[in-house]
Amino acid sequence: MHFPISGTDISPTYLVLTGFLIGIMGGFFGVGGSFIAGPALRAVGMDWNFAVGTDLAHIVGKSVVAAKRHRALGNVDLRLGLLMAFGTIGGAECGAQLIQMLKRTGNVNSVVSYVSIVIYVSISTFMIWESWRTLRLQKRTKSKGRGGSAAAKRDETSFMHVTRAIQNLQLKPMIALPTSGVAAISLWVILAVSFVGGLFSGFLGGGAGYIRMPMLVYVLGVPTHLAVGTDLFEIIISASYGTFSHAVKGNVDILVALVMNTGAAVGAQIGAIATQYFAGPKIRLAFVPLPLIGAAIVIYTLMTGHKL
Amino acid sequence: MLKAEASQTLRAFLIELAVYAVLVVGYLFAIQHFFLDRLLQLEEKHLTLYALVAIGLIIGQAVVLELITTGLLRLLRGRSE
Repeated sequence: MHFPISGTDISPTYLVLTGFLIGIMGGFFGVGGSFIAGPALRAVGMDWNFAVGTDLAHIVGKSVVAAKRHRALGNVDLRLGLLMAFGTIGGAECGAQLIQMLKRTGNVNSVVSYVSIVIYVSISTFMIWESWRTLRLQKRTKSKGRGGSAAAKRDETSFMHVTRAIQNLQLKPMIALPTSGVAAISLWVILAVSFVGGLFSGFLGGGAGYIRMPMLVYVLGVPTHLAVGTDLFEIIISASYGTFSHAVKGNVDILVALVMNTGAAVGAQIGAIATQYFAGPKIRLAFVPLPLIGAAIVIYTLMTGHKL
Repeated sequence: MLKAEASQTLRAFLIELAVYAVLVVGYLFAIQHFFLDRLLQLEEKHLTLYALVAIGLIIGQAVVLELITTGLLRLLRGRSE
């Protein structure tokens, strides 16, 4: 099928299936899935700037569906999501400007590729270490959470001592997040977390859930299930802003995004429902291979010399 | 008792999903058929408007179609009761 806006020929079945798989992952892990969607669009010959913008557009639709489902399950902290929106938008604009700067110097493809490899591998390495330690600790204390119950949403991480130290930073104003069970945390920490998430969203594409979801858990101390739902809410804001920003720069093929979203919107609902059957550390451990797959795709395309 | 309730919930979810999937595909074909030329014109001449329309289309696919699905299922359930 020919898509005239980006000037590419892509099979619609490929787009729907890719969207469906990313949708399930997005609903389950609270990520946009750009680490798969970006390389998947690149693999069929789309330029990085179009892949980034189009990916953002499809993420908006999928995240709306998944966030609505998570909200019904009580997994969204609206207060936190709205506060984060300010930092996210600022960060997303900085990231998009960085992409434009690289486009002008002609380095966009190689820089985005190398940065994404480093980020994906670092996140996976840290999360495998942390969730494995937490699961071992839980086994020892015999306090395993059971799937499908409220107990599954009570969360603990072996990184909690650092999280508590961050929560104890007395940088006023302090904000309470009762839905997430956080008694007080500095607004500046929330804004910093959201700014970093937004920056990666604008720079690497997607909603940046691969970095924001772990930061919500480890830096802010939000339980994993709520981090997934709240991150999706946040992704709607960051991806909408990112889509607009990229679209006015001519980087969005909305037709490709709409085809992808036919699969993604269905997959996202399945993923969101599935979170109810897993405890926090298991969701985090299952998250580990995703950024690694993204890194592997980027490395593969770099090594084989395919258009990247 | 709990198992029966769970399977009923799952069945309702699957029906909702199937109806939603049909609507999503229909929506895509409608846009391809009726709006393709206009979208191309917008993308060439009015990028800001194109950006707004793009976001509207993608959110519409998610929100409006889900509302229609919910309404449709409510209507069907109401008739079957």
